[in-house]
Order: sequence, then structure tokens, then C-alpha cells
Amino acid sequence: MSKLGGILGAVLLLFGAILANQATAASLEQGIAALGGKSFKARIAAVRALGAGGDERAAPVLEALMAGKLFTRKADKKIVIVEKKGRVYFLTDAVSGAKIGQAVKKALKKFRVNNRMRGVIRGVLGALTLLHKDPARRIAAANALFRSTSAKSIQLIEAALARESDDAVRQRMERALAAVTVSASKDLTMREAALASLIEFTDPELRGLLGRIAAIPGDPLAGKAAKALIEIEDRLALWQTVELIFQGVSLGSVLLLAAVGLAITFGVMGVINMAHGELVMIGAYTTFMVQEAFRAWIPDAFDYSLFVAVPAAFLVAGAFGVAIERGVIRHLYGRPLETLLATWGISLILQQLVRSFFGPTNQDVSTPSWMSGAYESASGLVLTYNRITIIVFALLVVAGIAIVLRKTTFGLQMRAVTQNRAMASSMGIRTGWVDAMTFGLGAGIAGVAGVALSQIDNVSPNLGQAYIIDSFMVVVFGGVGNLWGTLVGAFSLGILNKFLEPQVGAVLAKILVLVGIILFIQKRPRGLFALKGRAVES
Amino acid sequence: MAPKRNFLSIVLAETGGRVLLGLLLAAAILVPASNLLLPEGSFLHVPTYIVTLMGKYLAFALLALSVDLIWGYAGILSLGHGAFFALGGYAMGMYLMRQIGDRGVYGNAELPDFMVFLNWTELPWYWHGFDAFPFALVMVVAVPGALALVFGWFAFRSRVTGVYLSIITQAMTYALLLAFFRNDMGFGGNNGLTDFKEILGFNIQAQNTRAVLFSLSALAVAGGYIMCKLIVSSRLGRVLIAIRDAESRTRFLGYRAEYYKLFVFVVSAMLAGIAGALYVPQVGIINPSEFAPAVSIEIVIWVAIGGRGSLYGAVLGAILVNYAKTYLTGAMPDAWLFALGALFIASTIFLPKGIVGTLPAFGTGKRRGQKS
Repeated sequence: MSKLGGILGAVLLLFGAILANQATAASLEQGIAALGGKSFKARIAAVRALGAGGDERAAPVLEALMAGKLFTRKADKKIVIVEKKGRVYFLTDAVSGAKIGQAVKKALKKFRVNNRMRGVIRGVLGALTLLHKDPARRIAAANALFRSTSAKSIQLIEAALARESDDAVRQRMERALAAVTVSASKDLTMREAALASLIEFTDPELRGLLGRIAAIPGDPLAGKAAKALIEIEDRLALWQTVELIFQGVSLGSVLLLAAVGLAITFGVMGVINMAHGELVMIGAYTTFMVQEAFRAWIPDAFDYSLFVAVPAAFLVAGAFGVAIERGVIRHLYGRPLETLLATWGISLILQQLVRSFFGPTNQDVSTPSWMSGAYESASGLVLTYNRITIIVFALLVVAGIAIVLRKTTFGLQMRAVTQNRAMASSMGIRTGWVDAMTFGLGAGIAGVAGVALSQIDNVSPNLGQAYIIDSFMVVVFGGVGNLWGTLVGAFSLGILNKFLEPQVGAVLAKILVLVGIILFIQKRPRGLFALKGRAVES
Repeated sequence: MAPKRNFLSIVLAETGGRVLLGLLLAAAILVPASNLLLPEGSFLHVPTYIVTLMGKYLAFALLALSVDLIWGYAGILSLGHGAFFALGGYAMGMYLMRQIGDRGVYGNAELPDFMVFLNWTELPWYWHGFDAFPFALVMVVAVPGALALVFGWFAFRSRVTGVYLSIITQAMTYALLLAFFRNDMGFGGNNGLTDFKEILGFNIQAQNTRAVLFSLSALAVAGGYIMCKLIVSSRLGRVLIAIRDAESRTRFLGYRAEYYKLFVFVVSAMLAGIAGALYVPQVGIINPSEFAPAVSIEIVIWVAIGGRGSLYGAVLGAILVNYAKTYLTGAMPDAWLFALGALFIASTIFLPKGIVGTLPAFGTGKRRGQKS
């Protein structure tokens, strides 16, 4: 029984709501009709009444009135909003907002407005939308009032601000208030305070406002506005530079990840591994497989899939690396050019292998929720989380490698073999084993790079090809066999690229960087941080 | 060395060289003859498409020759030789584009179609002169030669050697690849130059023209071989080999290694340019993909398979590998990359001297040390 009662109650409530709505519609209709009153005085009163009613549906009607688009249809006295297209007038019912066909000019009669009325409408309109239910509309109203030069707007915004609870909207309103105060207030100290509060923003609208004030002759604030404008523009240029640096560092971190494994195999072992890009690709495909496994078995933990993918990619790519070293490269030590050709062959085979298994199309690798989105500062600086993550990750990887090289027995043996293979061997180091492990380490890091690249690039069989030349450039530029050189090389190339891009375009920037590196190598054939000693001459 | 060293005794010193020159001359005469004179149904008739295909292989053979000259004899492993090849091809392509005249899609007598498409109003300055065939021929060797001269001068002077040189040559061709992809460069961007109509007034599609182009390619390979042979048999060639085997020692003996390398590098680039110029009219298109680093590495493998440091081995390798490519990409498209990859690995591990250095059939007997 009580259930039935509940339903009955709900139905009654619904009816009530509809009735209430009809009631307001009726009053809205009367209010709108009053806009066509006999005298301007009566019409202004009607506008004020509509504003006081607080019904936001009145807003479009008032807008139309101000724009001279509000008409009465002579036939049935219906009040309509008109959209003129050529000679035809398309009609919209002012009360219901429904489209009701078209008419010719003769069948319509225009609502007349004068300037005084327009001023009142503007204020009422601002107030109406400032109190709108939808925060987005309130923000839009605040932004619209930003340009207002009427002192009345100040009170309007203040009133709205007092009622506002949404922080984002408050912020916009405060900003609009400050702007209106600057341009319309009579009180100089208020204006100065408002100007000071505006300086933290950089948007073009504000700059336009400051420019206007600075240009008003005799305005006591003109000088300060001009100064503020310069300050804002300076800061804007600074932020643009910061953003460029961020993009450059971000590109650099990608290059660093792709190149650091190469730096180990090239630098430590003197092996040119042209299949390095394909090991990166294998890492990316491992990420894809791990994510598929998560999707299939533990979809709830999907956000953590990358934490599994990193070690998995390291192991898979590392295993490939050890196999390549034992199978092919071992036979070619001391013949770097032959190694280059053989590993190129391996890269072709790996590419085709992946293409045969997974198909030539891109695989879908998703970004976990904690990596998506972006940090946005008030100034409009946008730093995406996945880029930030990759920068941090790249630095962690390099730090990890540095620790392995400096602090572990394996690293010690590796350095020993690099510096003097014969001596290391006679001291009891199994150079063959160290070679295999070193190559495995380089390959594993390539795989880890693949995990990161899968987040920002297409996972396809060609993934590795896109990075191989760039990573060689980084290693050669930074100096072979030098982790520090690779780090500096990657970041400087990344930043250089991003700074050239706005000037000359992306492709030309890349060409210029390549030409720059070719010229640089003429100057310093061993790179930025050259290794010294006998090992170099091989 | 024999006391008397005349032209023929040098060029015909090796069995492989004699066989190669004989075959090339025979092909230059017999293949067009069979194609043009024998009736279609005849057993010995060579169809036109085969003539063109073989002409293409011969252009590649000349390219391989140019790589062998620097890699086999001076130890310079260029991974960017495709760039010189493509530049020669573009020079020839520009001439062929000018010959289209107003027969393009837009019928503009002044501008090639792609420029009309890009709303260009006048010919860029670097396109002037290409209406004249002799000028285009000069450019075919001058442009690659000039690039090689500048690049080599910088590289060899600062003693960039070994893998570093290989990597920057790769960077060079990669930079050119990116540059030629740009429409603003005025070389047709992505699509390159194509739709050629005629060469020296002859229809480029005609059977006769194709036969003549084939003969020219065969003669060019023969000429290229003779020239390379003369270079490597001269005193200069001996210095080059010394540089290849022990660069520092040669330098300490008082030879300016960089000039020797620069000379042979420029000659090689010019040869590659000629190869490109022969390739383009036969294939009918030149586009930026010829600049791709992968293409240049493939050239090296032709030489490695054939046997570096023997010249005729490079010709053999180019023809064999390209025949295998034509066959495999037709029969089993997926298998080609596997086969090519396996070729790279196998040739470096099992055939370090290539086919001619390994098979006794080519027994030249006295092969020099081939360590890199």
C-alpha cells in the first residue's frame, strides 16, 4: 500500500511541477508582452520586472530586444524572435523558444528600443545570467561583463559574488569585478587595487583592456596600466619559454630513453646495434600483451598494468638481446661495420616477425587513468601528466643504470672489460658472460623505453625505425661510452629541436638539427664528452 | 707487378673482370637485338618488360660498383649512398619533367603539374637550365659530386672514420629525405617527379627507347668497371688500400689520407649519380623514398653479398640480390624481409668475403687481406 501511496505522491508532485511551470510561463508571457508598453518608461519598468523575476528564459528575449530582433506577428499578436536570412525572417516563439516557421517583413512589427532602455537591458541581462543555474553560464556572464565599462556592473557582480558558492565561478567573477572596477570605478585607490589584482592574469582580453586604459589620455591610471601590460607580456614570453623548455625536455626524455640502451651497447661494447629500435618496439608490444592480460583477467587492476609491463619488457627485450649477442654479435667482435650490417638484418627480421604475428596495424595501448590529464596553471601553462611521468621515468632509468655501472660487481666488471678486455680476462672476469649481460642490459633498457613510448606513440612494427636515427644522433652527439654525455645530448637536442620548431617548422627544425650534428661531429669527432684512452681507437 | 702495364692488361687482369666485361658487351648488343628483331613468339625473344627490369638491375649494379669503390678499397662504409643516387635521379627527372611541356594535366607549358597545383607562379631558379639535356647531364654528376666534396671535405679532414662516418652519412641521407618530402623544396614533395613523356624527343615508353636505355646501362656499368679498375690499380689505388688497412700508418708515411679518400668519395658519388640518372627514365619515377636510410643500407648488402673489394663482385651481388627481391616480393611478399635480414646476417658471419671471395669458381687466387 505504502508503495502505491509513494507512486501516487510522486505523480501528484509531477503534476504540481508542471502546473507551477505553466504559471511561470504565463507570468513570463505577460512580462514579455509588457515590453511593448505605450511609453519607454513603461517598457523600462517591464525590463526591470523581467530582471526581478529572475527567470533565465527571459535572457534570450532581452538579448533579442537589444539586438532589434524582437517582433510581434501582426496576425495573432504573438511575440517572436526573428533570425533574418536574406529576405526571409525565421521566427522563434519568444516564450516557449519553439521554431514557428517564417514570415515576410510586412507581417511583423518591431519592438522599439532606445539607448536608455539598452543600458537597462544590459544590466538586467548580466544580472540574469550571473545568477543562472548552470555554472558555465555564470562564468560566461562574468566573462561578458569583463568588458563592461558601466559602473552599475560593479554592483551587479558584487551582488552575484555574494551569492556565489562555486570556486571556479567566484574566481571568474572576481576577475570581472576587478576589470570593471579598473575601467569604470571613480575611486582611484579602488582602481589601483583592482589593477594590482589583475596583474597575475595573462589572457588577451585583459591585455586589450589594459591597452585601452593605457591609451586614454589623462587617465591617472594610464601609466600604471601600460607598465602592467609590459610586465604581463614579459611574463607571458617567459611562460612560453618555460613551455618550450618543457616540450624540449619531454622530447629529450624520449630520446634519452631510446638512446641510453644504445649508449651502453655502443659505448661499452663498441657494438653498433641497428636492431635497437626493434628492441624498443618489442618493449612496446610487451606492454600491449601485458595490458591485454590485465584486461582479460584482472580488469580492476588495469591502472597498475604499467608497473608489470616495465619489468616484463625489460626481461623480454633483454632475453632477445642476449640471444642476439650469443647468436650473432659474438662472432663479429672487432668488426664494427659487419656488426652494423648483421644487426640491421636482425632488425628487418624482428620487424617482419612482429608484423606476421600482430599484423601491420597499430595496436591499442591505453594510458592508465593516473597518467592521463594535465596540470594546468592559471596562466594557461599545460603540462600533460604522461609527459611528466616519462620525464621522471627517464631520469629514474638513467639513475638506475648509473648505480648499476658504479656500485655493483657487474658494473665493475663491465667497466673493466670496456677499458681493457685482455687485462680483465686475465684477472678472471668471464668477458664473454659480461658481454652477453651488457648487451642484455642495453636491450632490456630498450624494452623499458618501449613501455614509455607506447604511451605517446603508435605501437606498430615501424615504431623502432622512427627512433633509431635520432638515438644514434644522441649517442654520437653526446659522446660514446658516456652516460652523462647521452643525458646532456638527449636534452639539448630535444630542447634545440623544440626551440627551432616555431621558427622554421617541424621538418626543417629536424633537418637543421641533423645538419648541425653532422657539422658538430666535424668539430668534435668523438662527441661532446669524449672518452680518452686506448679503448677509443678500436 | 708486371713491368708492362698498359690499359688492357690492367682492365683484363682478372678472370671475373674479363667475364663481366664480356657479358656486359654481349648483353648490350644481344638483348636489344633480340627484343627488337626477333618476333614475339620466338624462343629467344626478350620481352620489353624484362629489358627494362634488367636495365634497372644494371643501374643498381653501377650503384653497387660505386659503393664497392669506397668501401672495398678505401674502407669508407657509406650508409648514405642512396642520396647520391637519388640526386642524380632527380637531376635526370627534372630534365624529363621539362620535356613534358604543356602535355601535363594542367597543360601549363611553363610549370610542372605539381607547381601549378601548389599555385606557384614561376619556375624556381634551380629549375632553370634543365630544359637542356647537356646541362642536365652535367648536373647528374655535378650535384652528387659537389655534395660529396663538401661532406667528404668536412668529414675526412677532421678524421671522422669507421662507424661514426657511417652514422653521419646515414644522417645526411635522412636529412635529405626529410627535405625532399617538403613541398616547399620544389621537387614534387611526397610524389616526386613522374609522368615522364619523352627523352631527347623519343617516347620514353617506346620499345626502342627502352632497348637503347638498357644498352646504355650495360655500357655504363662496363665503363664504370673499367674506370674503377684503373683507379684501384693505379698508385693512388694502392694508397687507398693502404689507408683502408692502416690509415694512421699511411698518414705517418707522409700521405695525405684525407685527399685520397675525398677524391675516391667524390668519384664514387658521381658514379652513383649516373646510376640514378639511368634508373629514372627506365623506372619512370623518382621520389624521396630513394633517400631512405634503409635503401642505402640495402646497397651495402649487395656489395657484401657479391664480395667487397673486387668490383665485379659488387655487380654480381647487386644483380643477384635484386633478382631475389623481384622474385620473392612477387612470390612470397612476407618472406622478403626475412630473406633480406637473413642475407645480412649470413653474409657477414658466413661469407665475410662475399660470393666471389668464397666460391672457388671465381678463383682469382691472390686476394688481398680484407679485414676492415
